[in-house]
Amino acid sequence: MTPLSHSPTLSIGGLETVYDALATAIDQAGADKAQLFLVKLALLNANALADETLFQQHITAALQDL
Amino acid sequence: MHTPTTEARPSIYYQYEVFKPWLASAHPPQTRQKVVIIGSGPAGMVTALELARHGVPSVVLSAELQFSQGSRAICFTRRSMEILQQVGVADRMTAGGLPWRFGNSFYRGQRVFRMEAPHDADDRFFPIINVQQQFMEEYLHDACKASPLIDFRWGNKVNTVVQKDGYAQLEVDTPEGPYTLKSDWVVAADGGRSGIRTAMNLQMEGASYEGFFVIADIKIDLPLPTERLAYFDPDWNPGNTILMHREPNGIWRVDYQLPPGETPEEALRPESLKARINAQLAMIGHAGVPWEMDWSSVYSARTLTLPDFVHGSVIFTGDAAHLLPIFGVRGANTAFQDAQSLGWHLAFVAKGLAGPQLLANHSAERVGAAREIITEAGKSTRFMAPPSPGFRLLRDAVLSLSLTQAFVRPLYHWRTSRPHEYTHSMLNSAGDDNGLFKSGPAHGAPPQNVRLGANDFLLDHLGGGFDLLYFTDTALPDALQQVINAARQKGMPLNVTAVGAAQPVAGADQHLPDADGHLRQRYGVPAHGGAYLLRPDQHICARWLTLDATRLQAALNNALPR
Repeated sequence: MTPLSHSPTLSIGGLETVYDALATAIDQAGADKAQLFLVKLALLNANALADETLFQQHITAALQDL
Repeated sequence: MHTPTTEARPSIYYQYEVFKPWLASAHPPQTRQKVVIIGSGPAGMVTALELARHGVPSVVLSAELQFSQGSRAICFTRRSMEILQQVGVADRMTAGGLPWRFGNSFYRGQRVFRMEAPHDADDRFFPIINVQQQFMEEYLHDACKASPLIDFRWGNKVNTVVQKDGYAQLEVDTPEGPYTLKSDWVVAADGGRSGIRTAMNLQMEGASYEGFFVIADIKIDLPLPTERLAYFDPDWNPGNTILMHREPNGIWRVDYQLPPGETPEEALRPESLKARINAQLAMIGHAGVPWEMDWSSVYSARTLTLPDFVHGSVIFTGDAAHLLPIFGVRGANTAFQDAQSLGWHLAFVAKGLAGPQLLANHSAERVGAAREIITEAGKSTRFMAPPSPGFRLLRDAVLSLSLTQAFVRPLYHWRTSRPHEYTHSMLNSAGDDNGLFKSGPAHGAPPQNVRLGANDFLLDHLGGGFDLLYFTDTALPDALQQVINAARQKGMPLNVTAVGAAQPVAGADQHLPDADGHLRQRYGVPAHGGAYLLRPDQHICARWLTLDATRLQAALNNALPR
């Protein structure tokens, strides 16, 4: 898979922190609200990213191999 | 035999007049008409009034004997009022209407977005004014009656339209039976369910959205200002949207989305309407306030347009040409723009002042407008009534985020109807100075109104033909006057306004002093000698920093292709 960005990426430790935080938050949202939570999160991240082309690349990457 | 009801429609606030049907037996044999307009709604009547303004007679056929049932279109935009001013009914609309400029969106009891529509001191009209459609139709009908060029026929229903060589033949049914009518041109302004469109088997392009909305008009005294109110996902109607608007005469419009699977018949049962309206009133803190039902109806959101409005001798306009969602007040407001455009384009062709390519231009411009509106309205519709689980999830995420995150709140803006700019119109002059202007309305744009004094605005002085605004305080150069006179001799109506002249100047029909230079500034004209050419619908088709006779001639030739 091709990298999506040349900007700085997470360290392994940082990625592990995100991994745990996201898993915990999904459990906290509960099964019926997990989707809503993830979409809210995606919108917040997209806004912080401030790059709709890069966000579209993320969508394409995430749709792969489902 | 066509027998429309002679019983006045019920209404709490509007007294319907039942008109006498027009009967062929009471009139001399029918000669071939120039224009027959099928339908007497906003699109049909404004087309007739614009045609008459340009000297072209028309016959208007209404299947009914009275104005339409219920308030229907209630929100009219500034551009609509500018168009209605041109056909002489804006004062009556203003007198009875409720102007407004704020919209509010609520979610979980919190106002999450407030739209403030700009209101420039140079604008005569408010961004939106609320008037019930029956009153608007009455004002337009009175204007039609006052015109000797408009032959208004109540109780005349068109059965068939047959295209002949260069004209169309109509069979028109009346309470005494059918008669035949021939016409060079037929304007199909017969509404969203256009029987003419169906009979001609014309396909529309675009999308239809699932789900129904109820419109209910109730008489109720609510201590709320005239502003748009939108409620998202309320407890009493989860996932759905409710809209409220104040109307004149103590009426409120309540508009709510139905749960999936519910039929229009179920939704319009009195007990269903009552329970839901009571729930809505309770939610906004007015439980138990007495109210009375005036009218209710059901609609669904569609974004469809014919890809061409001109078919032989038949031209489609208004809802007959396209179906637009209610969000953003795009139905009648688009119809006015269609009709104003059609009125002058068709008039100039009917009078032989332009070739058929002018009608092709009308179609291209207005189909372009419809497609632009569909793109915008589609966004609003996908937010107001999400068409799929994905769209619903995104909408719900935005609702949730909007309570704390400002960046998503503009998504509540439903992109109110605005006039289309004919940026790439073939009527725009190629050799002018359009690109050199730093401000002012550009090619194809609607005009910028300018306040000239107390109750006196630029647009009060324009219309009825082409307008040349020439910025000068002295006589027009002879060479310009020669070009203008030559165009007039060929039949082109061209009104010249000298802007910046305190006294009448030779070569101008009227003068506007513009003592403080404000008009010149709004139009981005740096010095005397600049000019704007406006089409009969007031859209800009040429502008010059320094006008000369050669380029004026070129612009006039281009604006009226033969």
